[in-house]
Parts: sequence; structure tokens; C-alpha cells
Amino acid sequence: MSVLFYAENNGGKFKKSTFELASYAAAVAAQHQTDAVAISIGDVSESELSRLGQYGAGRVLQVNNEQLKSFVNQAYASVIAQAASHTNATVVVLSASFTGKALAPRIAAKLNAGYVDGAIDLPVFNGASITVRKGAFSGKAFADVTLSSANKVISLIPNSYKLEEKPTTVSIESFQPEVRPGDFRAMVKEIVKASDKVSLPEAEIVVSGGRGLKGPENWGMVEELADLLGAATACSKPVSDAHWRPHSEHVGQTGIAVSPNLYIAIGISGAIQHLAGVSSSKTIVVINKDPEAPFFKAADYGIVGDAFDVIPQLISAIREFKSAHA
Amino acid sequence: MKVLVCISNVPDTTTKITFNDDNKSLNINGVQFIINPYDEIALTRALELTEAQGGTVTVLHVGDSSTEPTLRKALAIGAHDAVRIDALPRDAFFVAMQISAYAKEQNYDLILTGRESIDYNGAQVSSMLAELLDLPSVNIVKSLQIEGGQASLEREIEGGKEVISCPLPLVASATEGMAEPRIPNMRGIMSARTKPLTVVPAVEVPVYQHIERLEKPAPRSSVKLVDATETVKLVGLLHQEAKVI
Ligand SMILES: Cc1cc2nc3c(=O)[nH]c(=O)nc-3n(C[C@H](O)[C@H](O)[C@H](O)COP(=O)(O)OP(=O)(O)OC[C@H]3O[C@@H](n4cnc5c(N)ncnc54)[C@H](O)[C@@H]3O)c2cc1C
Ligand SMILES: Nc1ncnc2c1ncn2[C@@H]1O[C@H](COP(=O)(O)O)[C@@H](O)[C@H]1O
Repeated sequence: MSVLFYAENNGGKFKKSTFELASYAAAVAAQHQTDAVAISIGDVSESELSRLGQYGAGRVLQVNNEQLKSFVNQAYASVIAQAASHTNATVVVLSASFTGKALAPRIAAKLNAGYVDGAIDLPVFNGASITVRKGAFSGKAFADVTLSSANKVISLIPNSYKLEEKPTTVSIESFQPEVRPGDFRAMVKEIVKASDKVSLPEAEIVVSGGRGLKGPENWGMVEELADLLGAATACSKPVSDAHWRPHSEHVGQTGIAVSPNLYIAIGISGAIQHLAGVSSSKTIVVINKDPEAPFFKAADYGIVGDAFDVIPQLISAIREFKSAHA
Repeated sequence: MKVLVCISNVPDTTTKITFNDDNKSLNINGVQFIINPYDEIALTRALELTEAQGGTVTVLHVGDSSTEPTLRKALAIGAHDAVRIDALPRDAFFVAMQISAYAKEQNYDLILTGRESIDYNGAQVSSMLAELLDLPSVNIVKSLQIEGGQASLEREIEGGKEVISCPLPLVASATEGMAEPRIPNMRGIMSARTKPLTVVPAVEVPVYQHIERLEKPAPRSSVKLVDATETVKLVGLLHQEAKVI
């Protein structure tokens, strides 16, 4: 028996969410009195692979196959399911990234497993079943979901489980799965990066702008604030609909759901569909000139004022703070 | 081209959520149900493609008879016919098994779903269905073009997009950008009444997921307002009190 996790890499480097997942898998394995095993697909150096040991992985299966260079969910799902059988894993965990969310349901179907998507906490064991908490109704509720199948698959929301150092000696093994030509029908032709900035679903801090900012030419101060904080930028739906900002920045019910430690909303009214994607942020700061804006009801801190006055002041206040704490 | 669009029936986006006494299910009293917004996008793209290249669009829903207005609305938007698999959806695997049992016999060229249902936000059915039918799938697709039996798709990824090419048949899950949802017109609404809606019995499937409990998030304590001239104080609070910077 073991707990298998998929260690997703980005150009040969593991993302922070992968180490969060390693911590999570190690904690689930400890509940089970078993080991956390990683599976890595693609060209990742041994030293990078061994970093997974820092967060509790005892064993890493490394798949380095020319055909699996770019992501094809059907082929990757088959590899991960084979790794689960190879390691007798009864629990398979993935990050709820775009990639993890594409893979997990396929793996569940292959393993005849129940699947909880978007877990936000550790499972609670009850005999052979587990109960896992996840968000539902677009941030308006939590659901505790019980899986009663023998095999179980869980995906974990990035930034919802703390990194836990648990230095473990890792053994790295090469793993050679079977690959079927039929699994490669969907082929990646090109990857277009909108920016090399902080990835929105993983960001610890998000600075977000709404229609209150009047036009795309005013995003300079939003970006400056974000750069200072090491934050990702986001926007409301009308802003991306008007092409002031790319669609990949749109958060909310029909956009990306985020749960950073800090969400700063500037000139956003706080419509229910917007809140649906951001309300699980740990701390919310709202800057809006209208004291009646509904967003203040969902905020921890607020400033009633004109963004064009407040943001430049906030930028200098943060500069001051950073030089004092450097 | 034969296209299937899977439709989920969800509470309207502005619904105030309350639960039944056992806290295991949604209280549907007074709740307005709609076509899942992403499924509407998928449906519109399916119609655009078949209008340009010929073909039919079938909409399918797994649900009881109370959900038929949602299917009629899909017919009013322009789908040619509708199928309802007669079962309460128990979990995503159950739904995917029902759809695959039906779709196996039909030889669709293209199966579209939404990226996720806005009720349980599972994003599960699409990839499960593809796996059960042994078809390729692409998730969170914001652009879908089809030419000569070959699909070209753009999939959203962290901080960018992937351009993917794939032969038909395939399964794709739709997100914003794939199409602008259509609003049914009078003619559509009239003709929807006479379009075929077939009811199909469910197949026997195990259920792996149970909702143990639903709970609302604890309300945030009321907002701490800081004067517009006191941004330094806000930074201090974020550092010392919230400990986020
Ligand atoms: C099915 C559906 C799905 C949707 N999905 C989403 C979604 O995913 N994400 C999303 O964001 N929206 C979504 N919406 C739209 C949503 O309902 C709102 O219309 C939208 O969030 C409003 O965007 P906004 O707050 O930027 O603009 P507005 O509502 O126009 O608010 C602008 C705010 O800026 C303030 N303001 C103006 N000038 C200034 C200034 N100088 N300084 C400071 N503040 C200022 C105003 O007081 C106001 O509160 C959806 C709607 C529907 C129907
Ligand atoms: N009961 C259902 N009947 C038909 N299609 C469904 C049903 N539930 C979900 N779907 C489809 O699967 C997609 C993803 O749903 P989910 O996996 O529940 O988030 C939806 O957008 C629909 O296209």
C-alpha cells in the first residue's frame, strides 16, 4: 500500500504547488502508516527530484520517455494509473492545476476509483472510507465528500495546504510504463505564454482591478503594486471582456478561482459572480470609492477612496515598509 | 458532423444557497434552475460549427423529469433534438457512465461539455467520459476550430495557452471565449415544443461519492476601514495583524 502523487513540473522545475502536494501526500501517508511515492514525467534532474524528499517523499518514480515530452492527458493518465498499480497505491493525489484537473478524472475512471476534486484539507479516515472537504456552489459552501470505493483519487487546491519540511531519504527509480500509440491523438502544437509573471492560481498575493480603473492605460499602477508585492495580477470579467486585460486574468465564477493569502481588489464592486472566485482568499482588501460597494461586506480591510489617489500612496507606503524591513 | 452537447442543470448564479435540514442537500425551494453557463457556450459553438459545415446537434442531460425545461431551453437555442437519461445524477462517475453507455452506440464526431458545473464545480464528467469511451479529450478549451475531420483547439494553462491538434472524434470541455452564448428567439422557443425529446432508461452503476455534509463558510468579521490618507496604517495591519506581507 502507498500514497502516490503526481509531481508536475514546469520546464524541468517543480512548482510550489508540487511541494505542497508532496507535504499533503506525506501527511496522508502518515495517517495510513505508509509511504508517499512521487511520479515525475519528463526531463527533471536528479537533484530537482531529490528535493521532493525534503517534503516527505520516500520514493520517486521517474519516467523519461521521448514520447511523453509534452502533455497529453490520455497518455499521462495511463502512465500515472500504471504507477499506481506498480506501487499498490490506494490513494492517488494530484494538484488541482489545469493539468491535474484534466488528469484526475481519467485516472479515477481507469482505477475504478471515487474522486474528490479540489480538496482544501486532509482527508479524515473512517474504516475503509475517507471524507474530504472541498468548496461547492462556487465558493458559497463547503461540501464534505465521502469516498467509499477501494481506490481513491484526490486533487488539492494550490495554496490551501502548507508546505511542511520533513526531510526523508529518497530513492529514485526509473519507471518504464507501457505507452499505446492511440493515447497520443491530441498533440500539443505550441505553447503560448501570456507572461512570465507569477502564475495566478498559485500566487500568494493577487492584485486585481475592475471597471473602476476606467481603461487599460491605468493598469501601470496595478502592475507596479503587484511587482512590489511579488503578486499576480487579475481582473473582473467586464475588464477582460473589454480586452483591457487578457482573459487568462479574469477571476470569478466563469473565470479562474483563486485562494491567495491576500487579495487586493481595486475598483471592483464585488458582484456575487466575482466573489464566487475569490471569497476563499485568506485576507481580502477592498479599495473602492463607493462606501456602499457590496465588496466591503466580504472584505477584511477596506479603504473608501479614489483608486487614483490611494494606489500611488499605497505603493509608496509599501516601498517604505520594504526598505524598513529589508 | 454529429455533435453531442452534455447539459447540466444548475441553480442560477445569483441563487442564495440554503440546505435541507439534514445539511446533505441543497434546498431547491424557490431556486431557479438554468443551463450551466459553460454548457451554453459549448452548445452555441456546436451550432456555429454545424451551421457552417452541416450536421446535427443533440443535447443530453442525466436527470429526472423536473429538468425538462432546461432541455427545452437548449432546443430553443437551436439544438436539433434532446435526450434525457432518466436518473437522478448521483456523482460524476455515475453521470459519465450513463452518458458513455448511450454515446457508445451513436458514433458522435464531437462531444462537448462545460469546463465544470457551477454547483459542485467538479470538472469531472468530461475527462471521465472520454476515458470510458477511449477518446482523446482536451479540457478548458477557449477556441475550437474544425476542418477536414481535424480539430484545432486552444486550452487554457497557467499563465498562457496551449494550441492542440486532434483528429475527430474527441471530447472537449468549453470555457469562456469558445463562443458568445446565444439567447433563444421567438421562433426558437416555438419550434422547441415540437422538437424530439427522447427519454432513455438509466443503466446500473455503482456510486462512490456521498455528500456527508454541506456547510456555509464562517462569515468574515466585519471590515476594518482605514482612512484613505492612512495607507501606511493599512500596510502595518497587513504585516502585523493579518501577517500576509
Ligand atoms: C453568468 C454570469 C457570470 C459572471 N461571471 C463573472 C466572473 O467570473 N467574474 C466577474 O468579475 N464577474 C462576473 N460576472 C459579472 C458580474 O456580475 C459583475 O458585472 C462584474 O463583476 C462587475 O465588474 P466590476 O466590479 O469590475 O465593475 P462594476 O460593477 O462596474 O464596478 C466598478 C466599481 O468600481 C468603483 N469605482 C469607480 N471608480 C472608482 C475609482 N476611481 N476608484 C475606486 N473605485 C472606483 C465603483 O464604485 C464600482 O463599485 C458574471 C455575470 C454573469 C451574469
Ligand atoms: N447530469 C448531467 N447530465 C449531462 N451532462 C452533465 C451532467 N452533469 C455534468 N454534465 C456535463 O459535465 C460538465 C462538467 O460537469 P462536472 O464534472 O459536474 O463539473 C458539465 O458542464 C456538463 O457538460
